[in-house]
Amino acid sequence: MMESTEMPMAPVPGITIRRAELAGWGRYPRHPSGLITPTAPADLTWLIAGRTGVIARGNGRAYGDAAVGEQVTLSTRSLNRICAFDRQSGRITVEAGLLLSELLSVVVPLGFFPPVVPGTKFVTIGGMIASDVHGKNHHRDGGFGDHVERLTLALPNGDVLSCARDENAELLDATIGGMGLTGTIVNATFVLKRIETGFLRQTTIVAPDLATAIAALSRTGDATYTVAWIDCLARGASLGRSLIFAAEHAGRLELAASDPAAEAFPPSRLGRLSVPVDLPGWTLNRFSVSAFNEAYFRLGAAKAGEPRLVEWDPYFFPLDGVGGWNRIYGRRGFLQYQCVIPTAQAEPVLSEILERVSRHGSASFLAVLKQLRAGHGLLSFPMEGFTLTLDLPVSEGVFALLDAFDALVVASGGRLYLAKDARQSRSTFEAGYPNLPRMRDLRRATGAGGHISSYQSARLGIQ
Amino acid sequence: MHPAHKTLLLAGGTSDIGRETALHYAQAGWRVLLAARDVEAARRNADDIAARTNTQVSVHRLDVLETDRLQSFLDALPALPDTVVCVIGELGDQTRAQSDFSHATRVLRTNFEGPSLLLSLLAERFLARGSGTIVGVSSVAGLRGRGSNYVYGAAKAGFTAFLSGLRNRLAPAAIHVLTVNPGFVRTRMTAGMKLPPILTAEPGEVGRAIFAAAEGSKRDVIYVRKIWWLIMLIIRSIPERVFKRLKL
Repeated sequence: MMESTEMPMAPVPGITIRRAELAGWGRYPRHPSGLITPTAPADLTWLIAGRTGVIARGNGRAYGDAAVGEQVTLSTRSLNRICAFDRQSGRITVEAGLLLSELLSVVVPLGFFPPVVPGTKFVTIGGMIASDVHGKNHHRDGGFGDHVERLTLALPNGDVLSCARDENAELLDATIGGMGLTGTIVNATFVLKRIETGFLRQTTIVAPDLATAIAALSRTGDATYTVAWIDCLARGASLGRSLIFAAEHAGRLELAASDPAAEAFPPSRLGRLSVPVDLPGWTLNRFSVSAFNEAYFRLGAAKAGEPRLVEWDPYFFPLDGVGGWNRIYGRRGFLQYQCVIPTAQAEPVLSEILERVSRHGSASFLAVLKQLRAGHGLLSFPMEGFTLTLDLPVSEGVFALLDAFDALVVASGGRLYLAKDARQSRSTFEAGYPNLPRMRDLRRATGAGGHISSYQSARLGIQ
Repeated sequence: MHPAHKTLLLAGGTSDIGRETALHYAQAGWRVLLAARDVEAARRNADDIAARTNTQVSVHRLDVLETDRLQSFLDALPALPDTVVCVIGELGDQTRAQSDFSHATRVLRTNFEGPSLLLSLLAERFLARGSGTIVGVSSVAGLRGRGSNYVYGAAKAGFTAFLSGLRNRLAPAAIHVLTVNPGFVRTRMTAGMKLPPILTAEPGEVGRAIFAAAEGSKRDVIYVRKIWWLIMLIIRSIPERVFKRLKL
């Protein structure tokens, strides 16, 4: 979030609307919006009633313009209560603005873990549902949305609806992965899974090229968690060389055998490092990033083969250890590009993309490859295939490069992840999301159309 | 580790500082009585604290402006608490308070009269029992009147003086009185204000500081962020003829 000034737009007693310039985690693009932070769930109802251009925003970790309202942005950060928690069954009901990090700090010491977590713990539960986030276990367990038993949705007409498999099921499907465009999620119920320790048994596999990496990801499909880190500056025969990390939750006996003195549920280790200022744009260049990648690859490769125990926090959320890491890309911000390519086309299309990234020389620390299965929300990102994630600093050439990638993605029948998107065209979006007409119909039927909209939904024409 | 029999009365259970303070006590195993004017909002915090800590949290209706009902409020509690923390307060609107006497009266009563009378009644009960801890959340605004918030500041000054006197009186009986000056805190009360980050505490920090000072170090007066002690020392030492010309 950028500088803001206090300026009442429509004076409402007890509610301050601040004019603010808002952006997502990529810090590109930035748009003006009126920011409201409701302090009680009941306020949501009347705050959205009759408004236009309003969208909910969690912790602002979507990368682009998804959580910036054309007129008003409703921050859910004060709606962060745990409503109920059954310590026998693991069933938990939380308000939409609760941070995953906070949830983890409560439930991990009790031997519970969320069914799905994304790559950062600094997201809200509402945001996890709205983006139908996937984790390293998507190939087995699906997205977070698949585990939502019930949610409460505040609609622009003032209704507050309960949605579950047997109640307003279509609205539930549209809300999971629906980017907040069906209404504002008030709370949600899901079941946590049991873990015996806070450690994971990680096995590293070295893949010298992309084909081997894809094969290794398919082969490790039995593992609960798998993900590949790609060195996207490697070229030629090494194009797509990767480290594949497969992992399982470690049992109590395993931990005792490996380290009898270890704490079974180590706490999160917050804020070891942080990036206090915007780094100059030239800090990340082909030389510095490829030196980093080389070192990272060698370090990882040295640990290959032997399974080892890793704490949950650095395993699931490695970048959370570096506060404000989005500032390393400098003042202009960066784009995170995440596409999914159907399995049959994955290897040729992804190698074409990697080839072009490598040739372009755009520094990308984060390049991740992951196998996905089909998602269930109307606008859920996952489909049967492989997803590639790249970080690219905003520069002149980068937009044309990504437009060219889009053409490859569309031709393969793939799509882009809305939670990461800041720039795709309407036609790319429409080609990737065949359920869009149903989403539009539903938005018309519930009154969300014309009332609830973000800069992203307007850009993509999701009426 | 769990003082199973200890009970906290948190007056102001819907405020951000109140919520965090109650959470710290509950995490240490205390039973919590959450008192607030808005019972439904307090219930939301009580459920949250209970879910996080697996302790007993009950909700009790309290409006400190209804001073004739304070005795019956205390009578109806399931137990006389071991510690009371009063975080009740209202910043109000200084400009409005200058012309609207009912608003000024409300700010004075909410920040001074109500909390003082509530703690007075508890002090008598603690004396009769021979034990208890009293915590009042006051404000650095009460340490010197400023043009921008002197109605609130005056009420807090009164409350600070009241706590100081109460401490003096109860010291021989070993009843501890703690005055808390939070400084700036990022809460609903300050939402939308531009606050300097190093001077601004999170509500959780205030809760932790209160628990540590009330149940651990037994200090008398605390500033949540230590730098406020220095700032207030400087602000209080400015001669009045200079101070009156400053824009603060």
